[in-house]
Amino acid sequence: MDAAAIDRSLNRLAHEILERSPEGVALGFVGIHTRGVPLAERLAKLTQKFDPSRPVLPVGQLDISFHRDDIGRAKPAPKITDIAFDVDKEHVILVDDVFFTGRSVRAALNALVDIGRAKTVRLAVLVDRGHRQLPIRADYVGKNIPTSIEEKVEVRLSEIDANDEVIVSGGTV
Amino acid sequence: MSKAFLFKGGRVIDPANGEDTVRDLKVENGKIVKEFSVANGEIETIDANGKVVCPGLIDIHVHLREPGQTAKETIATGTQSAAAGGFTTVVAMPNTTPPVDSTATVSWIIQRARETGVVNVYPTGCISQGMAGELLAPIGSLKKAGVVAITDDGKCIQNNELMRRALEYARMFNLVVMDHCQDYALTAGGVMNEGYWSTVLGLKGWPAIAEEIIIARNAMLAELTGCRVHCQHVTSAGGVRIIREAKQRGVPISGEICAHHIALTDESLKGYNSDFKMNPPLRTQRDIEALLTGFADGTIEYLASDHAPHCNYEKEVEIADAPFGIVGLETEFALFNTKIAKAGISSLPKVIEALTVKAARLLDLPKGTLTVGADADVTVLDPELRWTVRKTQLLSKSKNTPFDGTELTGRAIFTMVSGRPVWSLEKGILV
Amino acid sequence: MKWTRKDFIDIQSLSREEIELVLDTAASFKKVLERPIKKVPSLRGKTVVNLFIEPSTRTRVSFELAAQNLSADVISMAAESSSFKKGETLKDTALNLQALNAEFIVIRHSAAGAAQFLAERLNAHVINAGDGAHEHPTQAMLDTFTIREKLGTLEGKHILIVGDILYSRVARSDIWSLTKLGAKVTLVGPTTLLPEHFRDMGVGVVHDLDSVLPQADVINLLRIQHERQSKAAFPSLGEYIGVYGLTRERFKKCKPDVMIMHPGPINRGVEIESDLADCGNSVILQQVTNGLAVRMAVLYLVSGGAVGGVE
Repeated sequence: MDAAAIDRSLNRLAHEILERSPEGVALGFVGIHTRGVPLAERLAKLTQKFDPSRPVLPVGQLDISFHRDDIGRAKPAPKITDIAFDVDKEHVILVDDVFFTGRSVRAALNALVDIGRAKTVRLAVLVDRGHRQLPIRADYVGKNIPTSIEEKVEVRLSEIDANDEVIVSGGTV
Repeated sequence: MSKAFLFKGGRVIDPANGEDTVRDLKVENGKIVKEFSVANGEIETIDANGKVVCPGLIDIHVHLREPGQTAKETIATGTQSAAAGGFTTVVAMPNTTPPVDSTATVSWIIQRARETGVVNVYPTGCISQGMAGELLAPIGSLKKAGVVAITDDGKCIQNNELMRRALEYARMFNLVVMDHCQDYALTAGGVMNEGYWSTVLGLKGWPAIAEEIIIARNAMLAELTGCRVHCQHVTSAGGVRIIREAKQRGVPISGEICAHHIALTDESLKGYNSDFKMNPPLRTQRDIEALLTGFADGTIEYLASDHAPHCNYEKEVEIADAPFGIVGLETEFALFNTKIAKAGISSLPKVIEALTVKAARLLDLPKGTLTVGADADVTVLDPELRWTVRKTQLLSKSKNTPFDGTELTGRAIFTMVSGRPVWSLEKGILV
Repeated sequence: MKWTRKDFIDIQSLSREEIELVLDTAASFKKVLERPIKKVPSLRGKTVVNLFIEPSTRTRVSFELAAQNLSADVISMAAESSSFKKGETLKDTALNLQALNAEFIVIRHSAAGAAQFLAERLNAHVINAGDGAHEHPTQAMLDTFTIREKLGTLEGKHILIVGDILYSRVARSDIWSLTKLGAKVTLVGPTTLLPEHFRDMGVGVVHDLDSVLPQADVINLLRIQHERQSKAAFPSLGEYIGVYGLTRERFKKCKPDVMIMHPGPINRGVEIESDLADCGNSVILQQVTNGLAVRMAVLYLVSGGAVGGVE
């Protein structure tokens, strides 16, 4: 996926999110560190552009390090969790870049529950590459990319990396 | 077993006779001989080509721990360790259990050494009863029983009056007083040299001044009494300076360097490894340089190990609680060879001189020379042999060496005591 | 930057990046502590043993809470209840705890080097909660965290550490941490408790408190433990107060926004005049809160550090 394709996916995601969310309800976008955070910000801007009447909530960021199920095996480097709105009262859209095993989303749900009891939680992802290991599904998917388990899917975003692109590498052809 | 041995083609270094020549050395019936009286077929030849043949080395500062502390070492294991280090004579310190302050203990050690020792053992006696630093030990009787010097090694007599009387009294018997120089008030709780590293590590400092104050006292008392005082394990630049000045005035004082004190500095303690904890402690590079200069200019004439075995369970505790000391007999020659001879501080014959004839003359031992007729205590050294210390391979019963895994240069390869081969690098202990 | 160490023993061997990782992680945990649910599941099912061979209520409580907030199970062993009186060695005690599947051993000991001694002999993660006069690394992390939180950076800040430096593990850990992050550190104390060797650690050594007070951004007052020092080190507490106590009069010489710190417990009226400890410049209680976040960060980080260290 190149920059234009990513743009198109996000535009479509924003429209879908608006269509399926009740009229006038504020949307609490929360990005999962690291690349879910800029994606959440982009989606927040797009939904605001497409529906300026909707109330605006600050975009949150969620670090799932403390809730991972591979602690003790991974080398930790945690980031900040910062959600400025009252989770208890709002509808949350969790945003991540690549949807893979489902383990990050599981950790993110637990981390979010520790912060508050959101009215609803929906999941939006840029890429769904399959190979779920947990019974979790996404509500909004930018693009389905079928992959083999050995392949790597890397999302690059201009806020963090040099440019916008999605690269699939390392698979056997 | 053969009674005659031919050391063939070695570099014979016999400092007692000022000799350093390549020649054969002959041994028969336990003595050095000029010519063999037996037939050729009865002579065992030891190829010493490219090696050094010298009088058996003497260590004047060794803890054999027997009687009473045989979990650490015995006379048997300690003398085997000595043989493996090229030493044919060791002078045993009296801080055993009980300490050597009675003639019975002296006799026991001499007897035990005859039965179980593989090299010559000369005992020393205590200066004070029970090494308590309060009352004089029966020094005259100890001398008669066979001690070659008196010392409270491991402890230091703090009472200057008692030390003065000890020197006056020992002089009557022509005994050297060997002193472990340490002021207790200045070293209370001390673990390592007081300096940058003790500061960083948060370990209680053991200042050099604590040693120097006692060396200065000893110089003054030696001058007053005329008795020979030998300062054991000198470690500091200040100590060397005090001895140098005293000797220049003709005061009968001497000092010794232990191998670890010129091989390691207090920085070694930074891993809190108690195998680097000794008394007196490792000092600084500046002190090492002063010690080496002191040896080179003749201020410090004696070299020793302060072989101090301790069990691993005693050492493997918090460093402040661990006992002081390391084993040293098997690494001693290599360290002096490397740090003094190879480093160009002084020559190999000078190192051998300190470890043979000098040591023998200090304590009036009938040892330390290859003169015809002398006891055939002979060591063959390979000063070029590079080897790696492995604590598990040490013959000492204890393995508390800081040099485990260290590569050293120079090693004894064959040791003979009174015409009897006791150890070879190839075959180990031979008796 | 990722954490790779099995243990947390000292600050001296840490890089600036590692220190910053601890501080950043502590910042994450401080956010957790502000939530209604102050607990994360990171160490669920793991056992933390606080092995306190030297009594210390506040550090022990801080570690207990930190471990509980990480969902670990915690046991605290005090010197009185330990087997030390029966003659068991530290090594044997620790091996026994490990055999009971303790994954973390937090050790406080009166002997310098005790934490490293255990770290070398155990597969468990060892955390130093103060070893003799050597280091108290979590205290340094919380001090550094508190200064960074208030001042934004350590770079170029002038920090005084005042008191019994010679016997202080807090001073040593603070020196390494603060200087590695670019602060200018000056030690202040009597010559007998502040030997010149400290200069080689990259800090200033001063014996006249009044001469440096006006330049200080932070004053860290150490606890004076007169009973511990060699009796020859200084004459009396009264004399100490006169020469080094932070009095109202001395406080007037300081910058108006100077930060006052103390690792606790405070001797009111000795190191510091009582009401100064409670004034707006004092961050003494923030230090305690930050200590909890820092200890959570340390337990969390070492749990991912591999046995054998660096990748």
